[in-house]
Amino acid sequence: MSTPEPKRQIHLVAHFPGVNSTTVWTDPSAGSQIDFDSFRRFAETAERGLFDYIFLAEGLRVREHGGRIHDLDVAGRPATLAVLTAIASITRHIGVVGTLSSTFNEPVELARQLASLDHLSGGRAGWNVVTSPDAFHGGNFRRGGFLPYADRYLRAEEFVRLAKQLWDSWGADAVLADRSSGRFVDPEAVRGVTHDGPQFDVAATSTVPRSPQRYPVIVQAGDSPAGRGFAAANAEIIFSRHTGFADGQQFYRDVKGRLPAAGRSEDSLLILPGASVVLGDSAADAHERSREIGFAQTSPQTAIAWVEAIWGRELPGLDPDGPLPTTQPGDTEQRQGQVSTRVDDRIARAEQLRARAAAEHLSVRELVVAETAAHSFVGTPEHVAAELDRHVQGRASDGFVLVPHLTPHGLDEFVDRVVPLLQERGVFRTAYGSAGIPNPTLRQTLGLPDPPGLGAISGVELVDAVVSSSEGASA
Amino acid sequence: MSHHHTAPTGGIDPRFTVGVALDGAGWHPAAWREPSADPAALFTAAYWTALAVSADTAGVDYLTLEDSLHVQGADLTGPLGVADPELPPRVRPGIVEGRLDALLVASWIAPRTRGIGVIPTVTTTHTEPFHLATALQTLDFVSEGRAGWQLRFSPGAVDAAAFGRKPAPEIDLAAVLAGRPDPGLAELIGEAAEVGEVARALWDSWEDDAIIRDVATGRFLDRDRVHRIDFAGERFSVAGPSIVPRAPQGQLPITLLAHAAPIYALAADIADVMFITPDSVSQRAGASRGRGVAELVAAVRAAEAASDRAARGFAPLRIVADLVIGLDTAAESAADRLDRLNTLAGSPYESDTRVFVGGASDAADLIGAWHRAGVDGVRLRPLSLPNDLTAIGETLLPLLRERGILPAADPQPEGSRDLRGRFGLGVAVNRHAAARAGSATTPAPSTTTTEAPA
Repeated sequence: MSTPEPKRQIHLVAHFPGVNSTTVWTDPSAGSQIDFDSFRRFAETAERGLFDYIFLAEGLRVREHGGRIHDLDVAGRPATLAVLTAIASITRHIGVVGTLSSTFNEPVELARQLASLDHLSGGRAGWNVVTSPDAFHGGNFRRGGFLPYADRYLRAEEFVRLAKQLWDSWGADAVLADRSSGRFVDPEAVRGVTHDGPQFDVAATSTVPRSPQRYPVIVQAGDSPAGRGFAAANAEIIFSRHTGFADGQQFYRDVKGRLPAAGRSEDSLLILPGASVVLGDSAADAHERSREIGFAQTSPQTAIAWVEAIWGRELPGLDPDGPLPTTQPGDTEQRQGQVSTRVDDRIARAEQLRARAAAEHLSVRELVVAETAAHSFVGTPEHVAAELDRHVQGRASDGFVLVPHLTPHGLDEFVDRVVPLLQERGVFRTAYGSAGIPNPTLRQTLGLPDPPGLGAISGVELVDAVVSSSEGASA
Repeated sequence: MSHHHTAPTGGIDPRFTVGVALDGAGWHPAAWREPSADPAALFTAAYWTALAVSADTAGVDYLTLEDSLHVQGADLTGPLGVADPELPPRVRPGIVEGRLDALLVASWIAPRTRGIGVIPTVTTTHTEPFHLATALQTLDFVSEGRAGWQLRFSPGAVDAAAFGRKPAPEIDLAAVLAGRPDPGLAELIGEAAEVGEVARALWDSWEDDAIIRDVATGRFLDRDRVHRIDFAGERFSVAGPSIVPRAPQGQLPITLLAHAAPIYALAADIADVMFITPDSVSQRAGASRGRGVAELVAAVRAAEAASDRAARGFAPLRIVADLVIGLDTAAESAADRLDRLNTLAGSPYESDTRVFVGGASDAADLIGAWHRAGVDGVRLRPLSLPNDLTAIGETLLPLLRERGILPAADPQPEGSRDLRGRFGLGVAVNRHAAARAGSATTPAPSTTTTEAPA
C-alpha cells in the first residue's frame, strides 16, 4: 500500500455570536447573549466538536445610531478576559482567544492578565490584537480619542514588543520553590523591563512567572497594507475576511509571501477567514433556509438603519421594500457599525450600492441582506464539508472561524453533521492531543511552532535587555 | 451633585459573616516552606481551585484575593525602596514573588464553586475604570451574583513607573500617621472615589428590564432604559453606558481595607464593607496601631456619620475585623509552628492586624468578643495554606455555629446566594428605575447608588 500525500488539516474556530445584526435574536430558540449558561453551552459544543479555540469579540462602547443608543440588534456582552477565563474553567482542551484593544489597554496590565489566563488555562490563551483609533470608543477611557489613525499600528507594534519582553522577563526556571534552601525565586532569572519609546515609557518587573505557552497565541485581523505588514511580523493567526476561493488564495499568497522577509516559515502563520454556514437536507432546502435567515438577520428597521448609517442622515419615510434614497449622503455620523465618516467615501459607497441594486433589481432590504447577510457556505453537510476541504487543500485558507447566527445553539448542527464528514475525509482531528501530547497547549493544537528566542535569562542578559530596549530614549 | 432622598435603611439586619483572605501560600512570609504547602503550584489553576472549593464546602461566606501591580519584594516606602524610579524593582529570593491577576483567578474559581462570594482586589490608580467596572460585572454574571470588589489604590513610584503615564503622588507618612491632611494621600483617595463612583454609575447604566426583545417593533433594547453616564471628573471622563447589561446583583459589594481616618471617609462615601485592623502593635498597622476593635468601630462610625451616606440611601457600612490566624492541629501547636516559621524567615512575623495562634476554642472566644464589640464579621487571613484554611473549616466554623455566632445552617435558600445577601445589604435599586418610580420632580439621576430594603 502506498502512502498518500498527507492531507492538509482544517482548523476550526467557534466565534461566540456577538453584538451585531447577524445574531437572530427573534428566533424562538435564541437564548441570552450574556448569561454564563450560554457560554457554557456554546463552549461545551465547540469542545465536543474538537474546535481549536473559542473566539470572543470585544465591546468597548454600546453602539449608537443618530446620537442615540442603537436599539435594533443584540447589544450588551461580558468583558472579554473575565468571561474567557470562566470558559477556560469549564473546559479542558479548547483554546480561549479574545479581542483586546492595544489602544485602550496598557502593556503591563494586559500582559499580566494574558499571562494569568495562560497559567490558569494550562496554556490555552490567545490574543486577537486590534487597534481602535476613534474618539467614540475613546470616550470610555482615560486617554480619550488620543491616537491618530496613522499611529495605531505603531502603538500596536510597540505594545506587542513590550508585552513579549514582559512575558520573557521570567526565565523558565525562575521559580525554584526550594523549601530547604529557602529560595523561592532565583533573582538572577527575573529581569526588570525598561522601555522608553514613542508610545510607552515603562519600568516594571512582571508579577507573573513564565506561562505555559510563554506568549499567548497572537491573532490579528487587519487587512490594510499596514495591517498585513503587522501580521507578517507578529501574528500567528490571521482572522481574515477573504472567504471566497479565488480571493482567499490571493490573500493567502500575499500574506504568506511576506513571511520570509520577516524571517518566518510558512507554517508559523495560519489564515482563518470568518465564515457562516447554512445547512439543509438538500441544496434547495439549504438555500431557502439561507434566505430566511438572511431576512431574519436584517429586519426592515435594521435595513433602514444600515442605509442611514452610510447616508449619514436620518431617512424618514424610507421604504425597506422600495429603492435606495435618491438624495446624496451627508456628513453626520450615524454610527451603527464601522462605517466611514468621510463624505466622499459615503458618496462613493452610495453609488456602488445603487449600481448593485439596479443590476440585481434589489429593494433596500434585499440589498442590505445581500451586502451583510450573505452566507459563506450553503448546502448539504456533504457539500459544505467538501467545500471547506477544497479551500484548505487549495490554500485559500488554513481553516475557518465559524460565526453562527444563533446563541447558544448555533454550532450544534455543524458539530453533529459536518465535523464527522471532515473526520471521514481525514482532514480534521478525532481527538485533542492526537499528536501524542495528552494536554496540548493551544499553540500545539494549532500545530504552530514555539515562539523564537526561547532561552535562559542570565544577569548579563538583564543588562543587555535594559540597554537595548531603551534605545532611542529621549534623555 | 444631586441625590435621591430615599429613606435611610440598614437593609436587612446583617448576620455575622466569616470570610477568608487568600494570598500566595498564606500570610506568613515563610508559609511556602511549610510541609503542607505546595509552593511549586502557586501559579496553577489547581491550587486556587482547591482552596476555593475547600472554603466553599466549609461554608465560608466569601474569599478575597490579594493583588497589586508590583512584585511583593518591591519596597514602596522604606530605605530598601527603589532609589531610581526609572529602574524596575528586583525580586527577593526568600519570599513568594509573583501573583496571578486576582480578577481572573476569581473568574476561574466562580464557575467551580456554588455559594461562596468571590472578591478580587482591583486597583484604581492606573487601571481603566471602564475595564475594571465591566470585568467585575462579568464576574458577577459568571458567579451568578457572588462577586464583590476589594478596592485598592496604588501609592508609590513603582506602580506609576509600570504605567508611565503620570507621576506618583508623594505621601508624607509622618503626616498621615499624625492625622494631618496629606495632599498625596488625598489625591489617591480622590481618584479611588472617582473610580468607585464611575463603577457604580456604569453598574446602574442598564436598567433591569432594558433588554426587551420586542419582535413587533424590531427593538432588542429599550433605549430609554440604557443610559450614558457622561462622567467628567477631575482626572478622567467616561461616557458609558456599560457594555455589560445589569449584573445579577446590580451593585456589587465594594470592600476596602482601611487603617486611617481619610480612608474611613472614602469607605463611607463609596464602599459597603470595610476591613479594619485591630490590636496590632506593629508599625505596619499605621494609624490603627495599638487600637482595639471598639475604638476603631467608633472611629469608622464617626466617619460614616460625617458623610451623607445615609441620605444617599446606602446601608450602614459593614465593619469587618481582619485577623491573621494559625490554628493548632493534632500534630503541632500553632505557636510552635509560628516559632518555626519565624526562624525560617529570620525575624518575628508582624502584621497590620492582630495575629492569633492557638486552639479553635480560644479563636472563637476572641471572635465572639469582637462581635460584642461591634463588628459585623471577621476576615481570617490564614497564616499558612492550605492547612489553616482546612482547620478553619473543620474546627473553627463548627464552633462558631455551635456558639450561635454564625447561624446553625446556611440561611440562604437555594437560588438566593448572592453576596449582597450575605452582607445583609438588601436588593440594589437602580437609580434610573428609582427616578422613574419617583415623582416627576425627582432630580436627574445622581452618580451615587440608592438602595432599598429587601
